[in-house]
Amino acid sequence: MSAAILVLVEHLKGAVADITFEMLGAARKLAASRQAPVYAVLLGQGVAPLAARLGAANGVLVVENPALAQPSSEAVIGVLKQIVAQKQASLVLVGGTNVSFGLGTRLAVRTRLPFVNFCKDARAEGDAVVLACQLFGGKILSDVKLADGKGIVSVIPGAFPADAGKSDQAPPSETLAVTVEASKVTFKQFIEPDAGDVDITKQSALVAVGRGIQTQDNVQLAEELAQMLGGAVCASRPVIDQGWLPLSRQVGKSGMTVKPRLYLAFGISGAPEHWDGMQNSECIISVNTDPKAPIFDGSHFGVVGDAVELLPLLTEKIKARKG
Amino acid sequence: MKEMSGKLLCAISDAYLFLNPPQPRSAMNLFVLLKMVPDTVEELNVASDNQSLDSEYLRFKLNDPDDHALEQALLLKEKYGGKVTVLALDAPEVDDALFTALAKGADRAVKIPADQATLGTVATAKVFAAFFAAAGQLAPDTLILPGSQAIDDLEGEVAAYLAELLQLPYLGVVCGVTAADGKVTVMKEFSGGLRGQFEMPLPAVLGIQSAEKPPRYVPVAKVRAAMKSAKIETADIAAPAAAKALAVERMYKPEAAGHAQMLEGSPEAIAERIAGLLAERGYI
Repeated sequence: MSAAILVLVEHLKGAVADITFEMLGAARKLAASRQAPVYAVLLGQGVAPLAARLGAANGVLVVENPALAQPSSEAVIGVLKQIVAQKQASLVLVGGTNVSFGLGTRLAVRTRLPFVNFCKDARAEGDAVVLACQLFGGKILSDVKLADGKGIVSVIPGAFPADAGKSDQAPPSETLAVTVEASKVTFKQFIEPDAGDVDITKQSALVAVGRGIQTQDNVQLAEELAQMLGGAVCASRPVIDQGWLPLSRQVGKSGMTVKPRLYLAFGISGAPEHWDGMQNSECIISVNTDPKAPIFDGSHFGVVGDAVELLPLLTEKIKARKG
Repeated sequence: MKEMSGKLLCAISDAYLFLNPPQPRSAMNLFVLLKMVPDTVEELNVASDNQSLDSEYLRFKLNDPDDHALEQALLLKEKYGGKVTVLALDAPEVDDALFTALAKGADRAVKIPADQATLGTVATAKVFAAFFAAAGQLAPDTLILPGSQAIDDLEGEVAAYLAELLQLPYLGVVCGVTAADGKVTVMKEFSGGLRGQFEMPLPAVLGIQSAEKPPRYVPVAKVRAAMKSAKIETADIAAPAAAKALAVERMYKPEAAGHAQMLEGSPEAIAERIAGLLAERGYI
């Protein structure tokens, strides 16, 4: 006999996010040995039709309320707290995403359950659950044991296969009666990304620059290479934060998810937030001065070297080949 | 006589205004929370206890989002007036971070002498909550700006905990703030470049991901001058008995599932090799 596992269904603008299926897959894996039911918790307004996609769960718990309609609604926390009590839940999985950011932490305070961040892997050990958490930009893992198997866990995107959380079966759905508090934070509007710039998600070749590009002037070196390849320049967060390239060129968690045929990464260490946005590129070639940079773990080819030195040389060599 | 008293009233009113200049209604009492984190540019090694980082070669730097939180606070002060206080627990090189903040334009720096390294996020948030609960730090014009998240926030983000403990409105992953009439309008990042605009009353806690402008540069000479002229205040707040909410069983380096085929040689030769690879594979 083991208590239920809840998965907070993440959806934005009417679409279920991949992280939901990844979490359902992780929950199924943990539930298998614990004989625990997995419930998908679907909160919002007019969201009930999304339940049909959540067949990997034993049941879908639905709460519809206008206060839950806004993105990242804090009303979610109070509702989840009541569901945890009603279903005697042991684990609650929430997305380690910008949408769900901060919800799990505050739920932990209200339920007096521990919160575990950055979960990359999870396994059951009897009643206990051991969570492998990714720290320090992916350079270190920490195993945390929840001895009684109880806690709120934030799951990093891409850590678990989404396929394991998908099913064609229509799950039983239950509409719950819970109290919904008004939110102190009011959603006003979405601001869409500036469409005037190059759409990096549609490029077949991308030259990506990170901290290792050092100066704004050096971005031009990447621009020249991108032109030679018929592609575009994109960047990791530090370059965007410096204002060296517009927000529309950011690859990663807050930015774009790209899948070009060719991804050339110059001076990018490969923090999980960036890797998340480009890991499915067909061919990844990375240049970094740090031989232990995590980007090399997932790249096809790697060079330990100075991005600024290599960029113009590569442009020249390609130019020579193209004649 | 009438004229005299009128002039006198004017003079008194002028003197009053001189001593108490009208504050724009949006001037805020801004608090920035600073945290020192290991610099991941350096190699990180696990200590012999297998539960912590080997501190011998660790270099510390200000958590990146905290630098943005400071910049956002300074921008808000420049725009609306008000005061910026930077607040930190004791940590290696934290005095440098506090003096740098003062040199950049913060008005006050306060250090709480609890050891940051021994406290998890939950305990850290409790210390900050105690600071704000004491001495009426929390006023209707208070805006608390921690960085959105830190790379070692195993227990979760301090901003969200603090908001919950103080029962204040909160948003994280914030990339812009404007203020009017006791409220703030806040931009939050979603994904794919999508941002959302939200409104909330003050006091509030905002986890800043990136400021509207890149963090300003301050010359070392100015930081040295701040070290000579300014003082770091101390606020004695006791750390809670439970220092960490989670027990780390084992800390280790991830084993990579794969690794890039490394290309070696002179930069010239490597460039030639990459160009060759791109041609072979039909990318050029």
